[in-house]
Amino acid sequence: MSEVKMSAKDLRLWYGDFEALKTVSLDMNKNSVTALIGPSGCGKSTFLKTLNRMNDLVEGCRIEGDVRLDGEDIFQKGYDLALLRKRVGMVFQKPNPFPMSIYDNIAYGPRVHGIRKKKVLDEIVEKALRGAALWDEVHDRLRKSAMGLSGGQQQRLCIARVMAVEPEVVLMDEPTSALDPISTQRIEDLMAELKKKFTIVIVTHNMQQAARIADRTAFFLKGEIVEAGDTLQIFQQPRDKRTEDYITGRFG
Amino acid sequence: MNAAIRRESPGKKKFYKVLERVTESVFFLCAAAAVLALSVILIFLFIQGIPALREIGVWNFVTGTTWQPSGNKFGILPMIVASLLATFGSALIGGFIGLMAALLLAEVAPRFLANVIRPLIDLLAGIPSVVYGFFGLMVVVPLIIQLFGGTGNSLLATIIILSAMILPTMVSLSETAVRAVPQAYREGSLALGATHMQTIFRVTLPAAKSGVLNAFVLSLGRAIGETMAVILVAGNRSTMPTSILDPVRPMTANIALELSYASGLHAEALYATGVVLLCFIVVINITAHLVLRKKKEG
Ligand SMILES: Nc1ncnc2c1ncn2[C@@H]1O[C@H](COP(=O)(O)OP(=O)(O)OP(=O)(O)O)[C@@H](O)[C@H]1O
Ligand SMILES: [Mg+2]
Repeated sequence: MSEVKMSAKDLRLWYGDFEALKTVSLDMNKNSVTALIGPSGCGKSTFLKTLNRMNDLVEGCRIEGDVRLDGEDIFQKGYDLALLRKRVGMVFQKPNPFPMSIYDNIAYGPRVHGIRKKKVLDEIVEKALRGAALWDEVHDRLRKSAMGLSGGQQQRLCIARVMAVEPEVVLMDEPTSALDPISTQRIEDLMAELKKKFTIVIVTHNMQQAARIADRTAFFLKGEIVEAGDTLQIFQQPRDKRTEDYITGRFG
Repeated sequence: MNAAIRRESPGKKKFYKVLERVTESVFFLCAAAAVLALSVILIFLFIQGIPALREIGVWNFVTGTTWQPSGNKFGILPMIVASLLATFGSALIGGFIGLMAALLLAEVAPRFLANVIRPLIDLLAGIPSVVYGFFGLMVVVPLIIQLFGGTGNSLLATIIILSAMILPTMVSLSETAVRAVPQAYREGSLALGATHMQTIFRVTLPAAKSGVLNAFVLSLGRAIGETMAVILVAGNRSTMPTSILDPVRPMTANIALELSYASGLHAEALYATGVVLLCFIVVINITAHLVLRKKKEG
């Protein structure tokens, strides 16, 4: 029924000699939220960063296997990296606004992709900020530095910044781990809204969060996916003992 | 650690307290020595220079275009102009090249290459200025004569040599500033689909701008104060330059060339030249300070 937007097949990844991903396969559906859960160090972030090839920046990182976006191999020779990252946006664990104005932060993406007209940029900025539920709070200080925003506002700014380049997939690495419950709530609400347009893949340590927002969940352990499936099934009838132990908190 | 401290005898505790006070005093004395040195230099310079300024008149001194000690004419405008042109010319050229080199080292070059280039640039900083002057005399000056004619010893030669001399300052300070930019900014930019170069020029460099500006100002300071190398390549003619190929005499060169034999009003006029030079340096520093502070607030 649902269409596969991105898929990883037999993905293996090494940092030097260390094998961080061991033959991982996962489909991520269009207009749905896929949650990646698992203990610290099991390779969730590594997997996420493979989807927009941010791992290319890591020295000594070697990848085998197949990752496809709309059926197209993203590791094929001559693949346009900038275009890939425009299509597959990323929100980091720690909010990382640029040290410039709120407006310039949002307009940054569109500008590097060639949009110059002020009127067009104005529209994009407003739309993105509204989309990230931040407009009301900042519309009267768009020219002020983004560094002056609260952590929760900064993270929503980063979400708006990603939306401004109109990606197809949005990767989020523990986007609410540094935020208070209210900001977290807002971002979760936002995700329900965002998935109507985008495909979302989110890493989270918060089981309730995964249960609340994800359509599908994948449980990582030591570089492997132990189990992946509908969120409901994973949480209510896990097939694997290790999954059950983890989600019930009986696991490291 | 804590237990060890608790077990110490009262006598030992007292000793540490005294030691603390002594250390503080040493810090204070050292700072005072620095301030004292500065004050002594300033007072000395002003005591020596003020009489000439009074006798010649400040206005006549800094706007006069003739320097002829034997004829009692002391105008240093040509030298002020020479100093400023040489300083800003070299700061622009050296600053630009230095910044690009710093970006290369910090952001573009593979690590092994950066590790080869960096010590070479640092080595530039260790070369004595007389050697720069010598190099200028043997290589740059003949080259200028060959390309453009004229005397060779000129404003242009001065700018070129000074550019090379400020390069190491500019490169190493800018590189430090650029490296200090959080990796998260670069990742944020790349993750939005910006290219490596877009990321460097639109995010990394702006984020490092106060450090880079600081490097630029220190380079200015180095250029305006340089003397030895300048004497060897500037040509030292104290008339107003009309082209970049004219020989010039920056203020530092004026002092160094004549102080050894000058006496009376002539000597005082040289000290007064020092006062003017100092004023320019102070203005540069204050401007930089203001600009940097504004940048931090903004
Ligand atoms: N740049 C790197 N170089 C070497 N090893 C790395 C690098 N990044 C991650 N690793 C290692 O790869 C493994 C997986 O790391 P990853 O960051 O993907 O874990 P994670 O599941 O996201 O953990 P967390 O929940 O703590 O964020 C870890 O053992 C980590 O030490
Ligand atoms: Mg992680």
